[in-house]
Order: sequence, then structure tokens, then C-alpha cells
Amino acid sequence: MTTITKKPINPTAHLTPEDVEQIGVELDAIRQDILDSRGEQDAAYIRKVVDVQRKLELGSRAVLLVSAFPPAFVLGTVGLSVSKILENMEIGHNVMHGQWDWMRDPKIHSTTWEWDNASTADGWKHSHNEIHHTYTNIVGKDNDLGYGIMRVDEDQRWYPFHLGQPLWNFINACFFEYGIAAYDLELGKNLKVPKEKRSEAFKNNARNTLAKIRKQATKDYVVHPLMSLPTGSFVPTLVANVTANVVRNLWTHSVIMCGHFPEGVETFEKTSIPDHETRGEWYVRQMLGSANISGSKAMHLMTGNLSHQIEHHLFPDLPSNRYAEVAPKVKALFDKYGLNYHEASLPAQVGSAWHKVVRLSLPNGWLATTNAKNLPGQLKLLSTMATGNRKVRRAAQARLEQLARRQSQVAKAA
Amino acid sequence: MPRTTTLPFPGLVSPDHRERPLRRLALGARRHAAAVAEALATPLVPADYLDVFAPLRPGAELRGRVVAVEPETADAATIVIRPGADWVGHVPGQYLRIGVDVDGVRQWRAYSLTHGPRADGCVSVTVKAVPDGAVSPYLVHRVRPGTLLHLEQATGEFVLPPSADKLLFVTAGSGITPVIGMLRNLFPVADSGVVRLPRSADRDIVVVHLAPSAPTSIFAADLAALDEAGAIHLVSRYDDTHGFFDVADLAELVPDLAERSTLACGPAGLLDALETHHETAGLPLSTERFRAAPVVAGEGGTLDFTRSTTTVESDGSTSILDAGESAGVLMPSGCRMGVCFGCVVPLREGAVRDLRNGELTTAVPGETPPTGVPIQTCISAAAGPCQIDL
Repeated sequence: MTTITKKPINPTAHLTPEDVEQIGVELDAIRQDILDSRGEQDAAYIRKVVDVQRKLELGSRAVLLVSAFPPAFVLGTVGLSVSKILENMEIGHNVMHGQWDWMRDPKIHSTTWEWDNASTADGWKHSHNEIHHTYTNIVGKDNDLGYGIMRVDEDQRWYPFHLGQPLWNFINACFFEYGIAAYDLELGKNLKVPKEKRSEAFKNNARNTLAKIRKQATKDYVVHPLMSLPTGSFVPTLVANVTANVVRNLWTHSVIMCGHFPEGVETFEKTSIPDHETRGEWYVRQMLGSANISGSKAMHLMTGNLSHQIEHHLFPDLPSNRYAEVAPKVKALFDKYGLNYHEASLPAQVGSAWHKVVRLSLPNGWLATTNAKNLPGQLKLLSTMATGNRKVRRAAQARLEQLARRQSQVAKAA
Repeated sequence: MPRTTTLPFPGLVSPDHRERPLRRLALGARRHAAAVAEALATPLVPADYLDVFAPLRPGAELRGRVVAVEPETADAATIVIRPGADWVGHVPGQYLRIGVDVDGVRQWRAYSLTHGPRADGCVSVTVKAVPDGAVSPYLVHRVRPGTLLHLEQATGEFVLPPSADKLLFVTAGSGITPVIGMLRNLFPVADSGVVRLPRSADRDIVVVHLAPSAPTSIFAADLAALDEAGAIHLVSRYDDTHGFFDVADLAELVPDLAERSTLACGPAGLLDALETHHETAGLPLSTERFRAAPVVAGEGGTLDFTRSTTTVESDGSTSILDAGESAGVLMPSGCRMGVCFGCVVPLREGAVRDLRNGELTTAVPGETPPTGVPIQTCISAAAGPCQIDL
């Protein structure tokens, strides 16, 4: 991926400033329709989801009390995994966005909700709601692009350590909740500051996060297993909790990768964003910077309706149960203005996102120019680049680019 | 008399704790059990799970379940509610704040409880459907038995004396509002006119209402309507037509003053004079005081809800309650007419104007209490930038 302004053909080049503002007006109208019809049924929906999730969690935990019995272990682990996914995705993420604040129910409100995750609600609301949703896909401003640990754009210079990025991405996926907690704290940036110079705000947030992690771990890995001790199910219950957390982490990581990482989702240069971005310009950036997952109703529920990532990014505070309804209208708007509505199945989007992670872990052009025939040569070149100094890397990069040009000429001639 | 002290945990810290090892053990076990339950439920609390199954249990937030909706007239109904286990009871005339989910939105309103304790342990409120109202039409026409409501314990010092049938209300200016609350509940006004309920049939009520000049508010119109229907006897005194009111004139305006219990609400000057007058005459009086702090301020302003990190521009005619609610802030609220004080929140800094009479309330850090000045958001509008602790 290359930032939109550096692409040979900018996908928004055909839009006049008037078009952009008109898109804003039309999207505002779609949003207003939902606000006007929001009511009893929506409230009943979220209460039902919360009710089902809590019963599922209690039921699963009850079954795990006798998890020394293998069918109970399987049933409890599956139930707990689904319950944790529902809690984080359809409930926690969306409640913290303020999607249900209009109900004025203090029990289901962005200011009071705390979720079953290592990251604190306050930290998450800042890094996610404020930073990511405002500066979506602006390289250097939206830390969700690679979480500050990955190369996510051709324009970022390649270093040999990027070769490990598929592995780190996988590790991050397994421990995603801790990754998010660290990322909310901007741990990398803050730990570079000498201890005595760290801000009070950071120290405070770090304390809160550690306290939350301690409570979460005590619950899942100590107290619940101890409850199962009388039936000799301590270890199976512990394993079930670890499994449920890892399953939830892998699932949420995959869904979130699908939202902004698949090939073809646009990124933006920091300098290309005007100081006072209009509502229309902001909308267009959200339209091009997100990707949807197609699938069944159950799929949408389990992704917390982030399968409607485009709609979610346009209207982050609309109730999630209404995204499916606005999606056709939003898609029609994309078609009307000749923009690409990025949508594919879950396996396709996950595959595409991973393809990008792998591609960008390698020097620009390496993956595209490599085929079965030239593999040994390419590997040798890569090893030269991985072990050589900057000068060697620059020379090898030039060779790669030359190869890419030659291959495209051959392709054209054919 | 021997001095007695109440200790927070008598079984744990009283000198005789060694004699009660069982009790100590039980207390300790309960606290440990609570700690374990909390550790099991985090980041939620045990109550969040218990509420799924038993919302009316002891220890739960106070709720109630609608058991019956009894139509009184075409547009008024009595809602019978079974309150949760922790309901402590009420004095007739106190009001009850009820949280109702109407079209998915939690709305709080205050309704007076004028009945005594009921044999069935329920409480009831009589509601008149106000056209275009948000809550009353829902309660009268749409709510079904089985619906869960949110409640607060009954409150209110300014209550109808249960035994006294002969009453005198003295109201001045906006002091009319709490009295209107009581009268509306005694005599609901339906489309068909004033509804005479058996429970208020024996009430003999005189209202002396004072104002600078003939008012045009709906409340004054309500009083006039009740007077016409014969439910009350209204005596209006306007400074511009009748001259300034002197409490000494009261005996002349209300010949049977000595037989009546007086309830008064208005500015401090009037209430002070009434207190002196009634004390000298040996008459019963209960009062409700309004506060005022006149300072120059603007019209409208930015409302900064500091704890909700929400700011909203509001004009000088929109209540802070409405402005906050439309910005998604969790605003406490009740009667929405300045009566119940269910909407009171601290104003840290700034000035607000009372929408009923233009009175200003200001909060200046350093001069006013550090915890802020409590304001009624339902009848206050921004009169300059405001910082609200919510």
C-alpha cells in the first residue's frame, strides 16, 4: 500500500470539492434517519445481548466447575470463549463508543462501562475513540496502523528486523489484550523517557492498567479455578480460561486486522490532510480507509458488527444493530461517486491482511518479483540485504526495482 | 443518662467481642464471601449478574414492577407498583422519583404519593397524560403490568399534612410550583375537567397566591381552573392592583385562618414574616425556601460537563437538563418543573438563570464552596460559560 497522494492514480481524483461536500450531506442524512428512528427496539436489542451474554458466561462458568469431566470442559470452554467475544465486541467496544448513551441507562453507558479486557476503559476510549477514529489511517498519526511495531506502508523504510514482523504479529494476536493495554499506554514511547521524567498522567494510567490486569488475571487464573478445586477441576478450569482468552484475542485481532489492513484499503499522508478537514473530507477518508467483512448474521454479531467497518467508521456512535440497515445505502453512495466499497469474506480479508504483513516484512518489491524459478537468487539477495549495511541495502533495493521494471515490460510484451 | 456510641462493626470492635466469637466469625465470613464474589465478577460487580435474575431482591438498586394500571378517566390512570425489597415506606404527600424507559430512553419524573400505606405493600401514583408529554402518556396509555421501573425512596419535607383537611397554601412567584405538584396530584385535571378522587374529597383548600402583577403562566392558569371547578378557593393578590401584601392582612383574606394548617413557599422575606406571624398566633406552618443570588451575566453559553468530558453550546432559553441530555450526558432528572430537586448537580464555575423568574445563580471558585453550587438543571439555563460537575 502507498499513501493515497503518492499513488499513480489517486482514487479520489475524480471528485470535485463540491462532490466531497455533497457526500457529507448525503451521509449526514443517512445518519439522521437512524437517529430519528432509534428507540424501544434498539434498547431491547442491546439489553437482550447483555442478558444472553451474562447467562452464557454464568452457564459456562458453572459447567467448568466440573471440567474434569471432558465434555464439560469442551462445552464450558466454547461457551466462555463466545461469551468473552460477545462481551468485548458487540457489547464493550460499542458501549464505550457511546452507541447506547442515548438510552440514559447508567448501566449501559460509555462513561461507566468497564470491559473484560486487560486494557482499561479509559485508556481504550482515548486511544481508540479519540485517536484512531479521528486520524484513521493517517500514517504517523493513527497508531492502529501497525500498532507502532510493524511496517505497514511502502514509504516506511525497510530494516532487516522487519523480517520478523509476521511472527510478532502472530504473537501480538495471541496476547492481543495485553498488546492493546500497552498500546493504550503508548508504552514504547513512554518507556524511552527516563523514569523520573515520566508524566504523572502516564504513571497514573500505568498503575490503573496494572491493577486491572491483576484483577483480570486473578479472576480467570486463580479464583475461578479455585472454585473448581472441590471437583478436582482446578487445572481444566485454568486451561479453559486461558483458552477462552487466547481464542478471544485471536478472533478480535483478526477482525480488527480486516478493518484497515487488507490490500487495497487506503492510507493517507500526514501532510495531505488539511488543518481544518471538512466533514465531507473526513467522511471520504473514513470511506476509503476501512474494509468490510461479508457474512451471516451470526458473523456480524460475533464481530461486534465491525464486519460493517465502513459504516462503523462513518457513524461510530450509531447503534451497532443498525449498521446492516444503512450498509446498502452507504454502498449505493460509493457506487454513485465511483469509489471502491471494500468488502470480502472473512477468510479473504484475513488472508489479504496477512499477505500485506508478510509483503511489507520484506523489502519493497521482493515478494512481487519472486517466483519459483528465481527463488534461490532472490533469497541470496534478501540475505545480502538482511546482513549488509545501509549502502548494500540501497544497492540491492535498486536491483529489485530494476527487476520489477523488467518483469513488467516482459508482461506487457506478452 | 449513660452515653451511648454506635460502632460501625459492633461485633468486631466492641469490648465484648470475645464473648461473641460466632457473630465475629459470621461477619468475617460474610465479608470474605463478598470479596470472593467481587473477584469472581470483575470488571462487573456481583449485582450485575444477580440483576439478571432478581431485580427486586434486597440489596439491589431500588426498582419496582408495575402490577396494575387503573384508568381514572380517558387520559388519567393510577399506576400500582410493587417496590423492591428495600423500599422503606413513605409519608402521604411525599413524592416518588420514577425512572421509566420510554422509547428506549430512561426518563425520570417525580409523582406525589398522596395515599397512605397500602395493605398490599404496593405504592401508587395517579398520572394525567399531558399532551406532547414524554412520560405521562406512556404511563397512562402504554405501560403494561410486568414492566420494570426504576425508583428512588420517597422524599420531600414539604408534605401534605395527612390529618389536616383544612389547608392554606401561601405562594409567591415561583413558589407556586411545589404547591401545583401537590394540587395536581390531589385533583388531576383531565380533558373532561378536574377529576374528584375519593381520597381528596374531604380536603378544604385555600390558596393565597402573591405576584407582582397578574401572571400568565400555566401554573396560575391551573390554579384558576381548580378554583373554577370548586376544588380549591383561590385568593390572588397582585402588587400592582392590590398593593404590597402584608401578612397582617391574612386573617382578613382567610377568615377561618385559625382552623387551617398553612404551607408556604416563596422568597425569604415573606417566609420570615409568616413565621413570625404564625408563631405569635400559635398556628401550624411548614415552609419551603427558594434561594437567589443576583449577579450580572450573559444569555446562554458553553456548558462544560467536566466528568463526562462533554461540552455543548446552549442558548439562554434551553434548560441545562435538556441541553445535557441532548448531548448524551447522563443527567439526573425528576419533575422537570423545578419541584423535586432530583436534577440538582454542582455548578463549579459560571452563572445560570432560573427560567421561571430570571434569577441568577453564580459559582465563583474561591468564593463559593469548592464542591460547587448545587443547581436545578431543569429550570436553569446557561447565563455564560458554565462548568458542571457531572
